[in-house]
Amino acid sequence: MSTLTLRQEPPERLDFLNVNPLSLSGLSEADAAKLPVGTSRRGLTLGDCYTISLDGSESLVIEGGSSRLDRVGASLDGGSIRVVGDVGQRLGAGMRNGSLTVTGSAGPFAGSGATGGTITVEGDAGDHAGGAVYAAKAGLDGATLIIRGTAGDHLGDRMRRGLILVGSAGAHAGARMIAGTIAAVSLGDHPGFGMRRGTILAGATGTVTPSFVETGTHDLVFLRLLARSLRPLSPAHADLAAGALKRYSGDLATLGKGELWVSAA
Amino acid sequence: MAELTLNGIPVIDTFAEAFDVAGTAIIITNDTAKWAMIAATTMTGFATSVIGCGAEAGIDCELSPDETPDGRPGVRVLLFGFEPNGLKDQLLKRVGQCILTCPGTACYAGVDGPTKIKLGGAIRYFGDGFAVAKRLPDPVTGKSRRYWRIPVMDGEFLCEDFVRAVDGAVGGGNLLFLGRNHAETLKVAEIAVDAARAVPGAILPFPGGIVRSGSKVGARTKGMMASTNDAYCPTLKGRAGTELSAEVGVVLEIVIDALTSHAVAESMRAALHAATAAGAAHGLVAVTAGNYGGNLGRHHYHLKNLLSKEPASEAGAA
Repeated sequence: MSTLTLRQEPPERLDFLNVNPLSLSGLSEADAAKLPVGTSRRGLTLGDCYTISLDGSESLVIEGGSSRLDRVGASLDGGSIRVVGDVGQRLGAGMRNGSLTVTGSAGPFAGSGATGGTITVEGDAGDHAGGAVYAAKAGLDGATLIIRGTAGDHLGDRMRRGLILVGSAGAHAGARMIAGTIAAVSLGDHPGFGMRRGTILAGATGTVTPSFVETGTHDLVFLRLLARSLRPLSPAHADLAAGALKRYSGDLATLGKGELWVSAA
Repeated sequence: MAELTLNGIPVIDTFAEAFDVAGTAIIITNDTAKWAMIAATTMTGFATSVIGCGAEAGIDCELSPDETPDGRPGVRVLLFGFEPNGLKDQLLKRVGQCILTCPGTACYAGVDGPTKIKLGGAIRYFGDGFAVAKRLPDPVTGKSRRYWRIPVMDGEFLCEDFVRAVDGAVGGGNLLFLGRNHAETLKVAEIAVDAARAVPGAILPFPGGIVRSGSKVGARTKGMMASTNDAYCPTLKGRAGTELSAEVGVVLEIVIDALTSHAVAESMRAALHAATAAGAAHGLVAVTAGNYGGNLGRHHYHLKNLLSKEPASEAGAA
């Protein structure tokens, strides 16, 4: 297990795109210390901010996070990264494989464009978690994003594939969804606003957009499969899927092949 | 031919000749075991012989709720065809007409293999654009599986996107039971069928697993590819070419298809042992097997290799 230990709060935002088990595996500790991570003219390197201990393994622990740590695990293609602390924006953006865990909270755009692997945020996530960055075609795109705490607004905005599991989230969760699945204990107003396809499961929601129509309660095989695939990740969410649910179909202002399941209990 | 016996019943020293076929398995589930079985029975109807029916199909086993992907009672069905394309055609027709139509039924891939056969991805067109695909992680393997959800009048028909055909499936393993009268010989054949079906991955596609109209290649009638196996017809005894001794009054055959050559051999072994064990009480005269001289099928199952309880080595010679 390789370890990076934070010396002190970084003086500027840091870009961790190139700090992952694969890129560090071929480097000596001295070479790794020279990796540029700064985002200003100061020219900060990894060694300036972190004490480095490498053993070439596939797992990397970052002891000491910061809300200034951007793009942690971005484009990760295997192995695991565990951050003890917070991270900044675009956690695991474009990630393809592997596992990424943050014990604290994440900034905006966590998991944007991630096509594979599992991202776990044990604290809260900012706005647009699993959402598309500006001009991007899609948000989450096949990966699994687990947020144990609360996510901000626009969770899974324009997500295309994959699964988001969240404690609670703000308004417009699943807005513009292309497809995929979001499961939440509670969501804010207008879940699935403009969604084309996809599934949103929620224990409770705020105002439901008027272009969603209620189709009633249904005992579908799909819900059994959903409950079974959620169970290993979160029993509470699995119970939600297995319980009594009311279904809304929408957003009929667009393609209208999406669905919103809300607990009927 | 050397004289072989098993449980005191003569076993002719010959072999069953079987063929490489394309095979697949699907899992059918329903809210109740009864309705899963109704769907499976309907789907495997009129599937005794590839030549006439397009496919050979049968029920492999019933599955308990903890053995199926959706936690409902299920049935595993095996389907065999000459080649993957023909198999695909039959699978689509049978799932489309018998599983899609059956209340409450869902359909999943039941075996892994190298060849993909599009299933849900083809049947979804019945949904007229309202069908949606859903990719969910399998809780057991962690790999994602893709399903199609087609709106139907009782809710949704859920069907896995594709199933897989296996390499190495074998069709045509067989045994012939030479008996004295019909009722008793049928009992022997039934006992053999029960034993053969207990082997996982093997089915017996004929009615009740038993066929009375064994065939030979070719015919005296021009253009007929196959015709009655006159050497084993009791009413043709006494003519040149008959294989039946005077005391034989009835011959019944069982035919076995399986996903692996090993399963065919084990199924034949189980059937041979069960039939001969019960044979003396039911007037069984001898057991033999059908072949075409060994030039048509790649798999030869020699009965002498099946006399031991356990396989000594690979019974199906390549």
